[in-house]
Amino acid sequence: MTGSTTGSAPALGWLARLRTGLSKTAGALGGGIAGLLGGRKIDRATLQELEDQLVAADLGVRVAGRITKRLGDTRMGRELTPVELREALAEEIAGVLAPAERALDLTAAKPFVLLVVGVNGTGKTTTIGKLAARMRGEGRKVMIAAGDTFRAAAIEQLRVWGERAGAEVVADAPGADAAGLAFTALQKAREAKADVLLIDTAGRLQNKADLMAELAKIVRVLHKLDTTAPHAVLLVLDATTGQNARSQVEVFRGIAEVSGLVMAKLDGTARGGMLVAIAEEFGLPVYFIGVGEGVDDLQPFRATEFARSLVGLEP
Amino acid sequence: MFDTLSARLGQVFDKLRGRGALSEGDVDEALREVRVALLEADVALPVVKDFLAQVREHAVGQEVIRSVAPAQMVIKIVYDHLVSTLGSEAAGINLAAQPPVPVLMVGLQGSGKTTTTAKLALRLQNENKKKVMMASLDVHRPAAQEQLRVLGEQAGVVTLPVIAGQQPVDIAKRAMDAARLRGFDVVLLDTAGRLSIDEALMAEASLVRTAVRPSEVLLVADALTGQDAVTTAKAFHARLGVTGIVLTRVDGDSRGGAALSMRAVTGVPIKFLGAGEKLDALEPFYPDRIASRILGMGDIVSLVEKAKATIDEDDAKKMEAKLLAGSFDMDDYASQIKQMRKMGGLDGVMAMLPGVAKAKAQLAAANIDDKLLARQLAIIQSMTKEERRKVKILDASRRRRIAEGSGTSVPEVNKVLKQHRTMADMVKKIGKLGPKGLARHGLPGFPGTAGFGRN
Ligand SMILES: Nc1nc2c(ncn2[C@@H]2O[C@H](COP(=O)(O)OP(=O)(O)OP(=O)(O)O)[C@@H](O)[C@H]2O)c(=O)[nH]1
Ligand SMILES: Nc1nc2c(ncn2[C@@H]2O[C@H](COP(=O)(O)OP(=O)(O)OP(=O)(O)O)[C@@H](O)[C@H]2O)c(=O)[nH]1
Ligand SMILES: [Mg+2]
Ligand SMILES: [Mg+2]
Repeated sequence: MTGSTTGSAPALGWLARLRTGLSKTAGALGGGIAGLLGGRKIDRATLQELEDQLVAADLGVRVAGRITKRLGDTRMGRELTPVELREALAEEIAGVLAPAERALDLTAAKPFVLLVVGVNGTGKTTTIGKLAARMRGEGRKVMIAAGDTFRAAAIEQLRVWGERAGAEVVADAPGADAAGLAFTALQKAREAKADVLLIDTAGRLQNKADLMAELAKIVRVLHKLDTTAPHAVLLVLDATTGQNARSQVEVFRGIAEVSGLVMAKLDGTARGGMLVAIAEEFGLPVYFIGVGEGVDDLQPFRATEFARSLVGLEP
Repeated sequence: MFDTLSARLGQVFDKLRGRGALSEGDVDEALREVRVALLEADVALPVVKDFLAQVREHAVGQEVIRSVAPAQMVIKIVYDHLVSTLGSEAAGINLAAQPPVPVLMVGLQGSGKTTTTAKLALRLQNENKKKVMMASLDVHRPAAQEQLRVLGEQAGVVTLPVIAGQQPVDIAKRAMDAARLRGFDVVLLDTAGRLSIDEALMAEASLVRTAVRPSEVLLVADALTGQDAVTTAKAFHARLGVTGIVLTRVDGDSRGGAALSMRAVTGVPIKFLGAGEKLDALEPFYPDRIASRILGMGDIVSLVEKAKATIDEDDAKKMEAKLLAGSFDMDDYASQIKQMRKMGGLDGVMAMLPGVAKAKAQLAAANIDDKLLARQLAIIQSMTKEERRKVKILDASRRRRIAEGSGTSVPEVNKVLKQHRTMADMVKKIGKLGPKGLARHGLPGFPGTAGFGRN
């Protein structure tokens, strides 16, 4: 059993997935940049167009501006080919993202309690299914708590994922108290000597104080049983989300002690550039990216590859 | 974290020389700020570019309304254009077809299709008195059909019984047949979430569309969406002929720029807003609300409207003449206060002043609020006609009388006098600048613009 759940990613799978996923992204961005120059000098117009390309990839005006400015500061007036330009840009972005590339260590506790949170529909339940399968593949005993007692058929959805992953699902009736369920699930996970307990939660918008308070209660109740639990709190972000992702991180981190991020839906046309702004501001690790709806469509986050793909280069 | 657009534009115009009309330079500088505001609101870049080009054409050369700061003028123009781009028509669901009328719900994964299907069904059933059936064509997501069934139960809306293993086109046909037989008016078809680049799934949806010929194809999209909104909306529209957009999660605190992006690239109306997880949280679309939200500016725009409506042009002319003559008596002061109150009080007017933040701080330091304005007005009203015209005659005994008559105190009366003097001094200065100076300052708005907070 390895200590890190990101360590055993089959390299080929990752590259292939990333290419099918992120290359759609890259196509647009890279194409744009390639269209910019044929080895012309880096001047203000070039930088403005680069900035535009980054803005269109959801990096946000401020971050896009900073990154292109840094590029301009070091390379203004130099003549670069389109590929060199992309390399330089990728380097700048990778520099920002590098600290976010960290493995999720599951050996700190047993059961290792992992709480999954986020706004509605970002991909929490699906990510839990994928995570469970991955951890099972690493030889761990996994238990899942169906903490979304609100949304219609959320429990049934999670049960299907539990079956796919080979993990037991602890559930209560719809409408039951989520914190109470988390408590029971942790007790059961202990009794069953599970290695990992994954706790699903209902989606909630971060501006809803009552729902956020409910989340805080889940954390509190877990604390009661084990002062170190939850051992990790993962916030699942949706790659299609724009500037609001920042406030999601800020608020969920403040209320639920988020310790790491997952970005789902990177197999679509959305670029997920908000991750750059978020990595820069919050310094949270990004453990995984979701690249599809299948059980294997979860990949460890790789800063350089993400950055290179973002600007249209091969990972 | 976001500066409001009005604060930003205020800064821009504070730097500018005043003129009677917006020059190209003014407009360009202002539009740079508008660009940032729109991008921070998640409006997609290509849409922002088009939009600004149109606004620019409109704004250059516009007369600045005297009582309104140029910044607010630009916001007003941007806002009006935003509202008209978002579409002012209140578009309902088109059910003008032979029943049962099929409605197809499509969109990306997790955008809110299934929830919205149930919300819409409930609405059509309750408000439009239609007999509604829902059917889930989602054979991909785990428990998707069960989800719709449960929602149907909660809403009291019939759902098509599930036949395990049946494929989307066949489910759609079966739903139509069942609805025809049982006399349903509307059939809402929920579909699986799909990426616009997922060729197989887009083809599947397209086949469903061909099979049932829906009178509406509703694209359900998330109000939190960023730049991808254009790509997604374009692709769904091109493949499936979208007829309307439903924007979900407007109960969140995103600025909702996706609304503009999607509307602009498809030309399709936004028909409803999803404003919560509960089944009654479906609202009609109001372009003005979304426009204010995108600009992040609350109700400034309505203040600009009010300013236009409340300020009588004749009054303004008279006042202008007086100002040019450099005279400003207590009656003028009182009418300024009244005008302010008509326009929604101090807080409202604050937003219209250039250099808002600065002025606001000054006013706060001077302890000025709406109640104070009412008291000041009472003080002025307790003066005689003569006193109002010749403030100099106000000796200690007159001041005491006024304080008693207005239910205030002598120090308060003194304060009004002092503030009037400050303003009158300012007016003298403006008078010396001539008409140009006036245009720059507008009607000196109010004490807040200059000098008021200094005592
Ligand atoms: N294409 C793609 N779809 C995904 C990915 N992750 C999740 N999804 C889909 O997104 C939709 C929502 O996923 P869920 O896991 O139910 O999201 P959730 O956050 O649990 O949603 P709520 O519990 O309702 O808040 C489903 O249709 C998933 O199949 C991904 O990485 N790529
Ligand atoms: N706050 C809020 N949540 C919403 C709204 N509409 C839907 N949701 C929530 O968003 C999540 C996803 O909604 P679904 O209706 O399952 O989305 P979907 O598009 O059918 O998802 P897939 O079928 O997996 O593609 C659920 O948690 C819903 O409760 C809304 O207007 N506001
Ligand atoms: Mg879920
Ligand atoms: Mg659905």
